[in-house]
Amino acid sequence: MMEKSYEALIEIVGPKYVSNQPEEVFFYSRDPGISEPHNPDFVVMPGTTQEVQEIVLLANREKIPIVPMGASLSLAGLCIPLRNGIVLDMKRMNRILEVNETSRYVLIEAGVSHGVLQSYLNKNYPRLMHSIPDAPPMNTIGGNMALFGSGHLSQETGFHTEMVQGLEVVLPTGEICYTGSCSVVPKWFARGPLPDLAGLFLGWLGTTGIITKLSIRLYPKPRKKDVLIFVTENPDFIPDIVYNITETKMAEDINIFAQPKPDWAEGFQQTAIYITGNSEEEMSFKRGLIRRSLHKYIHNKKGGFMFVLPMMKPGMMESPIRELSRFADVEKGGGFEYIGVIIAIEDFPQLYRDAVEIAAKYRPKWSIMCRVIGRGHSIMFSYAWPFNRANPEDMEKARKALFESNASGLRNGGVIWKPDIEGQSMMMKMMDPNTVHLLQKIRKTLDPNDIMNPGNWEIS
Amino acid sequence: MEHEDIIHRCFRCGYCKFPEGYQDINCPSYRKFGFETYSPGGRMWLIRARLNKEINTSKRYGEILFSCATCGNCMEHCVMPFKDDLLSVFEAAKAELVDEGLIPPGVRDYFKAINVNVNPYKEPQHTRADWVQNTGIEMYSGQEYLFYVGDVGSFDERGKRMARAVAKVLKEADVSIGILGSEETCDGNEVKALGEKGLFQFLAEKNITQFDRLGIKKIITLDPHAFNVLRKEYPKLGGNYLVLHYSQLVAHLIRDKRLSFNELNAKITYHDPCYLGRHNHVYDEPRKILQTIPGLQFVEMTRNYENAYCCGGGGGNFFTDILGMGEDSPSRIRVREALDTGADILAVACPVCAKMFEDAVKTEEIEDRLKIMDLAEIIIEARNQ
Repeated sequence: MMEKSYEALIEIVGPKYVSNQPEEVFFYSRDPGISEPHNPDFVVMPGTTQEVQEIVLLANREKIPIVPMGASLSLAGLCIPLRNGIVLDMKRMNRILEVNETSRYVLIEAGVSHGVLQSYLNKNYPRLMHSIPDAPPMNTIGGNMALFGSGHLSQETGFHTEMVQGLEVVLPTGEICYTGSCSVVPKWFARGPLPDLAGLFLGWLGTTGIITKLSIRLYPKPRKKDVLIFVTENPDFIPDIVYNITETKMAEDINIFAQPKPDWAEGFQQTAIYITGNSEEEMSFKRGLIRRSLHKYIHNKKGGFMFVLPMMKPGMMESPIRELSRFADVEKGGGFEYIGVIIAIEDFPQLYRDAVEIAAKYRPKWSIMCRVIGRGHSIMFSYAWPFNRANPEDMEKARKALFESNASGLRNGGVIWKPDIEGQSMMMKMMDPNTVHLLQKIRKTLDPNDIMNPGNWEIS
Repeated sequence: MEHEDIIHRCFRCGYCKFPEGYQDINCPSYRKFGFETYSPGGRMWLIRARLNKEINTSKRYGEILFSCATCGNCMEHCVMPFKDDLLSVFEAAKAELVDEGLIPPGVRDYFKAINVNVNPYKEPQHTRADWVQNTGIEMYSGQEYLFYVGDVGSFDERGKRMARAVAKVLKEADVSIGILGSEETCDGNEVKALGEKGLFQFLAEKNITQFDRLGIKKIITLDPHAFNVLRKEYPKLGGNYLVLHYSQLVAHLIRDKRLSFNELNAKITYHDPCYLGRHNHVYDEPRKILQTIPGLQFVEMTRNYENAYCCGGGGGNFFTDILGMGEDSPSRIRVREALDTGADILAVACPVCAKMFEDAVKTEEIEDRLKIMDLAEIIIEARNQ
């Protein structure tokens, strides 16, 4: 049967784009995180929606699992084929199909990377930008949507999934389906007013279909950008600080970070406030309002604006920030777990304290990086636990830190972002039973043969 | 294996695949084959897997390692502190396959030819200086510079044209040069990159002995690959010389007004050869040469300087052809990129690039729209106007 499937896949995409060789089987069986590897039977690189459709039809006939994959940078094992089958590397579908400059959206294939889109816009539409995460530039936009990502404009505009205006999806049974305005008229400018079918695919980690095309919002690109860093030593202040800054509506992005190194930074919560504008006058006005919004902390000697060294600024202003990937080498070990919890803003202090405790227990070097979402509606609270890939004991420690971080997130009222299968299981145990039932019912309806990324969003 | 201590440190984040601005994939083998395994991160993880006995050596493993064009884009753009060692890791992994006798046939044949003929073209050594006829270039006998021509310049028809052009320019500027002719030996740059350490050492020592015997102090190379190895590797074996790529010397000659030009009406873009640019940071001299020519309109490609896209001929691929042809072959992508600038000439400074691109424009059927010319050929054309 495997030989027959292999031949059929070659028939669909051509021999260059199918592999069952040990090298690809090894590489695609794992991601850079600490999840256990599982071998795919085949790695396939489709080039068109029609090829994806044919692969899905084949998988239905042969009952072969399919795992769609972007850059496999979730670090949560979400593209690891838990039940073997086909890993569908989507990065050949990398065409930028349309930019609507007036209505500010771009229509792309799902394998377009954030880096390439950013570069394309910089060159061809310098007045437009999209929201880019701090994941490496290879990160695909389709993949980022499937795991409910966020990025450099999320403070102003919400999660990346909220920026989606339309999808082309290959359903688990092979039909090609459209959501949003593009399902009615040949334009991709809005999700509604229609039943919001995009929600059937965003955040589902590829368990309900394969996103093949999508339209996302573009935003005006200001000519100037700067960053201010406000420092406090008490996590209890953070909710109020975020409230005050967001009330001004002057910040493009607000990130809160903490780490124990260098030594002087230990105990600090550093709130990076990004401001943008088209003139120095506008920038100065925004800086002034933000500074004023935090005046009471300065007046009471509870906080202050840190001097940002000129050498630090270029790195902080990058999109994506390269330094974040470099964190994988802080222990010269080649790995870090990067997990997140979406929390209500008032829950920040307790989660922060828990995180520091978990770090003290398992990881001498750590980093917390939080992103305020949607003008102060929630925070994406992320932990980065570095580990040494060459040291199994160290990896086990990171695994424990990951488990405890997930548990702490849930205990403190959060929802785990891009959860690994253990995190998914923890959440489903806490989830309202009717919601769990609905999830399963939707999956069963869409995917009767249970081929789409099986093992994820399942009751164990 | 050498550098084994850093292999596990690759996070496979993928910055190594891109140029600075992320406009396109800049790793030739990853761009060509598409599977993650053909990227620098893929190689790092597979090398580690092999050392850990999680995979065995195979034909594909060999293809993955030897399809690396050693262009150095990964070293330039990797964000990790060990970035400078990436190509050394790949070289060490290839060396293991060489030691175990598990190399792809194309690589084996390349080594065989060099072992037998001291050049990869299997040509008799006495034909090495055939290109020199009617140029007035003489054998080295104490001239100021040795003109080290290399295998491609000595035996490939395209390379020979380039060698003649460079020699002519240098002669016209009254530069005192001589060649080694049949006494010249393969420089070994590709041999080293392909992991044959023993053969490399033999070749390098043979050249060094010859250079020292003749009292050579200054060397001009035609080929950036030779420039790289003579400049960076020969000193480790005791061969210390002033090594210049011809573009560096020509830029000096122009500055010193020893070369002048007539007006040349052409729109020209320039391709940075990997072993001149990324590996040795010679970016400005070739541009200065072109920008000095009156009437010439110089345009840049999007990917240039340290972000230039390789022609696909490095790492021995020019001879082994493991990267292969096809629409996604690096040279075809690059000539399309050159054409997009509106240029009618793609200037090169490397015989490997010249040959790769000339083949590519033929395959792309754009020979009538984009001419491949070496810097020296452009200079001659400008002087002949």
